[in-house]
Amino acid sequence: MLKIVVVGNGMVGHHYVEQLAAADVEAHITVIGGEDRPAYDRVHLSEFFSGRTPEDLALTTQEHYQELGVEAHFGDAVASIDRDKKTVSTVNGKQFAYDKLVLATGSYPFVPPVKGNDHESCLVYRTIDDLDNIQAQAQGSKVGVVVGGGLLGLECANAVKNLGLETHVVEFAPGLMGVQLDAGGSAMLRRKIEALDVKVHTSKATQVIEANADGDSRLIMRFADGSSLATDMIVFSAGIRPFDQLARDCDLKVGERGGIEVDQQCKTSDNNIFAIGECALFDGRIFGLVAPGYRMAEVAASQLGHDSTTFQGADMSTKLKLLGVDVGSIGDAHGSEAGAVAYTFSDERIDVYKRLIVSADGRNLLGAVLVGDCSDYDTLLQYFLNGIALPTDPQTLILPYNAGGAPALGAAALPATATICSCHNVSKGDIVTAMDAGYCSLGEVKAETAASTGCGGCAALLKSIVDDELTSRGLEVNKAMCEHFNLTRQEMFHIIKVESIKSFAELIEKHGSGRGCEICKPTAASILASLWNDYVLEEKHVGLQDTNDTFLANMQKNGTYSIVPRIAGGEITPDKLIVLGQVAKKYKLYTKITGGQRIDLFGARVQHLPAIWQELIEAGFETGHAYGKALRTVKSCVGSTWCRYGVQDSVAMALYIENRYKGLRSPHKLKSAVSGCTRECAEAQSKDFGVIATENGWNLFVGGNGGMKPRHADLFATDLDDETLIKYIDRFLMFYVRTADRLQRTSVWMSNLEGGLEYLQQVIIEDSLGIGAELEEQMNNIVDTYQCEWKTTIEDPEKLKRFRQFVNSKAEDRDIIFVEERGQPRPATEEERIKILALSA
Amino acid sequence: MITALNTTEPKIIPLCGQSDLIPNSGICAAVGDQQIAIFFLPDETPQVYAIDNWDPIGKANVLARGIVGDVDGRLVVASPLYKQHFDLITGECLEDDQVSVATYSVTLLANQVQLSL
Ligand code: SRM
Ligand SMILES: Cc1cc2nc3c(=O)[nH]c(=O)nc-3n(C[C@H](O)[C@H](O)[C@H](O)COP(=O)(O)OP(=O)(O)OC[C@H]3O[C@@H](n4cnc5c(N)ncnc54)[C@H](O)[C@@H]3O)c2cc1C
Ligand code: SF4
Ligand code: FES
Repeated sequence: MLKIVVVGNGMVGHHYVEQLAAADVEAHITVIGGEDRPAYDRVHLSEFFSGRTPEDLALTTQEHYQELGVEAHFGDAVASIDRDKKTVSTVNGKQFAYDKLVLATGSYPFVPPVKGNDHESCLVYRTIDDLDNIQAQAQGSKVGVVVGGGLLGLECANAVKNLGLETHVVEFAPGLMGVQLDAGGSAMLRRKIEALDVKVHTSKATQVIEANADGDSRLIMRFADGSSLATDMIVFSAGIRPFDQLARDCDLKVGERGGIEVDQQCKTSDNNIFAIGECALFDGRIFGLVAPGYRMAEVAASQLGHDSTTFQGADMSTKLKLLGVDVGSIGDAHGSEAGAVAYTFSDERIDVYKRLIVSADGRNLLGAVLVGDCSDYDTLLQYFLNGIALPTDPQTLILPYNAGGAPALGAAALPATATICSCHNVSKGDIVTAMDAGYCSLGEVKAETAASTGCGGCAALLKSIVDDELTSRGLEVNKAMCEHFNLTRQEMFHIIKVESIKSFAELIEKHGSGRGCEICKPTAASILASLWNDYVLEEKHVGLQDTNDTFLANMQKNGTYSIVPRIAGGEITPDKLIVLGQVAKKYKLYTKITGGQRIDLFGARVQHLPAIWQELIEAGFETGHAYGKALRTVKSCVGSTWCRYGVQDSVAMALYIENRYKGLRSPHKLKSAVSGCTRECAEAQSKDFGVIATENGWNLFVGGNGGMKPRHADLFATDLDDETLIKYIDRFLMFYVRTADRLQRTSVWMSNLEGGLEYLQQVIIEDSLGIGAELEEQMNNIVDTYQCEWKTTIEDPEKLKRFRQFVNSKAEDRDIIFVEERGQPRPATEEERIKILALSA
Repeated sequence: MITALNTTEPKIIPLCGQSDLIPNSGICAAVGDQQIAIFFLPDETPQVYAIDNWDPIGKANVLARGIVGDVDGRLVVASPLYKQHFDLITGECLEDDQVSVATYSVTLLANQVQLSL
């Protein structure tokens, strides 16, 4: 039988083995891996620090190889190759004979030859073992330096920062990510990264690293320009070098600057030896990404079968999130082709930079750089990879949508040859073929084609293609919310309303299956509340609610709760402030001013909640619904009453709005603000609905969002009088409650709304659907039936039974332990808790 | 944090009355230092289930305050902290097979919930 030996069990070596196994080639495969463990996902290596274990990252196991009939040896590297005898020998003295040899040795991190680079706090970032070392070193460290401001260096800086260290990036070149970005993109990236508190030092050549015997830090780095930097640890991420020593020693052809030379079949200068992945040099280039490596593995494996394929080089476009900053680079980012024309869009207010490089005739996209906003990446990549003719004004591709930007290239517009997943080389045609063969759900398509199972960068595009195909086949797109209901939230809302369903039991009996879960139950509870405004602790609703809704407070990490009384508009009397202080003192609560202009009291034990609320209610407070998918706060500025610029009474309006909509249950939380003039001190444009005073009345903004994906609100209507303002808000909110998906903020809902802002204006201002009056009536109904849930609760002894720590004892939960910090209690850490419990035992 | 229940022979401990239970939801009872989450599912047989109240992932005594339901037909409670599911019958965590919580044998007899050890 043909003997194949694969040296190196990294991502590419493993892919090769899988290809061969799938191809049914009669062969005995031996794998020799230098690392102690079988292949793992190096691309997602950094997730090790966010809790993914080596097992999670593993791509295969010894057992899996056994099942495939592959002989695998780990933790022993190949030391030499004897091309005449066709054998390899390992460091541990084992020998293996081969007919075909595959070198998949990958590469190693380049450590610049700086004196002192061998200090034990100088590390690299490539393997799981490296990450173990970094984690161990970080333990006693305050400051960490990453040498190298390229792609990997910045990923590494993110890890160092997440380990809690003051983080510096030292780069030899004048800019960050010089390979992928042009100067403008690089400068924008730098600004964004510095804003995250990572210190960037460019044009710095490290000359020596000295141990710092008696200083605060362990090391001092000295630079060529005379400056220096004190640090506790250094991670080198200054590029990679191919592992090609084996090839050199047996006189295979290698490139001038390293790399084992291969041809289109991935053959080296010896007909029986292949090289694939990051150790291979093709056409003078090394491809430092996994997708080209996989292509090489497929090509090399195909040489042993019937239909051999060839390697033609690969696209090196990349999209990634570095330190939370979106960065994308497509094709020739530097515009080096003769006659190329560049378009640049830069918005320093929101730190977005986009650049297009277009061919001299304006027809084709040659390259693109995106920093701060990668939403155009998929579309641009498709233009680039498939040579799709550009629109007459290519700049529209990178302009903001409302400035006349072109819409994204829809799934339907892509040709069948379009590569959708570059990790696994899946084209749109492959996806359509899989669906033709009956694999129709997203999960099935993924399993069948492997699309979107690599870096995950193509997930959104894959989903839109699958959805588009399903629709064009007249099939339903599965939008079921969970295994119990084959309905969207919108459909559920409709059913509950039309059939006047009043309980979850009735709903699941008629329209669902099973017993429900933590997804459908709270969704149904929220709809029942939006429609009928029942008291949420009715016996039939209790089990449906998240703990926050059940206990009318927000659960914290140690099982205690926080309490947020409503402080409408942020306005509070001195007497009420005093009460908050007194209550907090009495029940030993931590107090903090929130980002929503009110005061949060943290650390209340469940059994104290009713007593605390009793006192708060007596002082005139109401619940703030901080626990609910409901109206939260309406922020205000002082407005015309005090402020010399104010043109309307913004506080009074904020109070009116907050009191009108308090208690309204919605698909997600709702926030609002009212500013007294265009200076906008209340930040109304970052809210779900915001109001800004004008000389003549009020401007209404909708669809704003802070949080994970901030969005500026859209101007919806101008110069409204009080009555019209409220009418529009009533309609807007009720229309949102009716039609949005579960956990969809207004911003996302609006972006998904077909027809967008204009459509919304037609529905609400022009009443194009003729539902205006109905929406208002529904809102009035909710406003009229408002009750403070806490007031209702403390008046009902039956309901109070729920607020017992134990049904059979008055004892306290002894695992809830606080320690004092800055004069206030805070939850003990896990270590502190265990120590304190041990002492008290 | 949780000491094993030291008992040598089987015994029955009354925990609470049926009226203390909340339909389709949980409550918590103390047995020594042990906290036991008891779930009352009136439409199932049996009607009561008991597991540790300690959430080994969230590291707090909160499981009694989770939402109950089923996943692929298995009765579960979802932790209110990070939403992992625990099987009410076996105590297994559905998201992580390395993690499970203790289960207890409880019965609802003559309007009383009893724990047998
Ligand atoms: C207490 C507070 C932080 C503070 O100390 O200031 C806070 C605390 C929490 N926020 Fe917030 N947010 C607080 C103001 C904000 C703000 C600022 C604001 O409202 O002006 C924002 C950005 C504005 C926005 O929402 O558009 C904010 C955006 C979020 C988000 C992201 C929402 C998004 O659409 O991306 C979440 C997560 C979620 O809701 O899914 C969140 C979730 C949470 C949760 C519920 C997380 C959790 O499940 O434990 C925290 C509950 C704390 C508690 O127990 O009370 N919090 N959170 C603030 C309470 C304000 C209040 O008085 O009610
Ligand atoms: C932190 C990080 C993030 C990355 N992110 C991305 C990304 O987002 N997208 C992307 O496309 N790529 C990314 N990469 C690059 C990607 O991981 C590599 O392109 C890919 O792993 C190359 O695979 P390989 O099999 O050629 O080499 P490797 O994965 O390096 O595997 C080579 C293996 O061979 C072993 N070996 C070497 N010499 C011998 C010997 N003599 N005997 C036996 N065994 C030997 C090595 O120990 C190693 O285990 C990232 C890399 C890192 C480190
Ligand atoms: S930002 Fe909000 S959600 Fe995040 S930790 Fe702070 S309070 Fe909690
Ligand atoms: S492009 Fe990486 S998974 Fe598809």
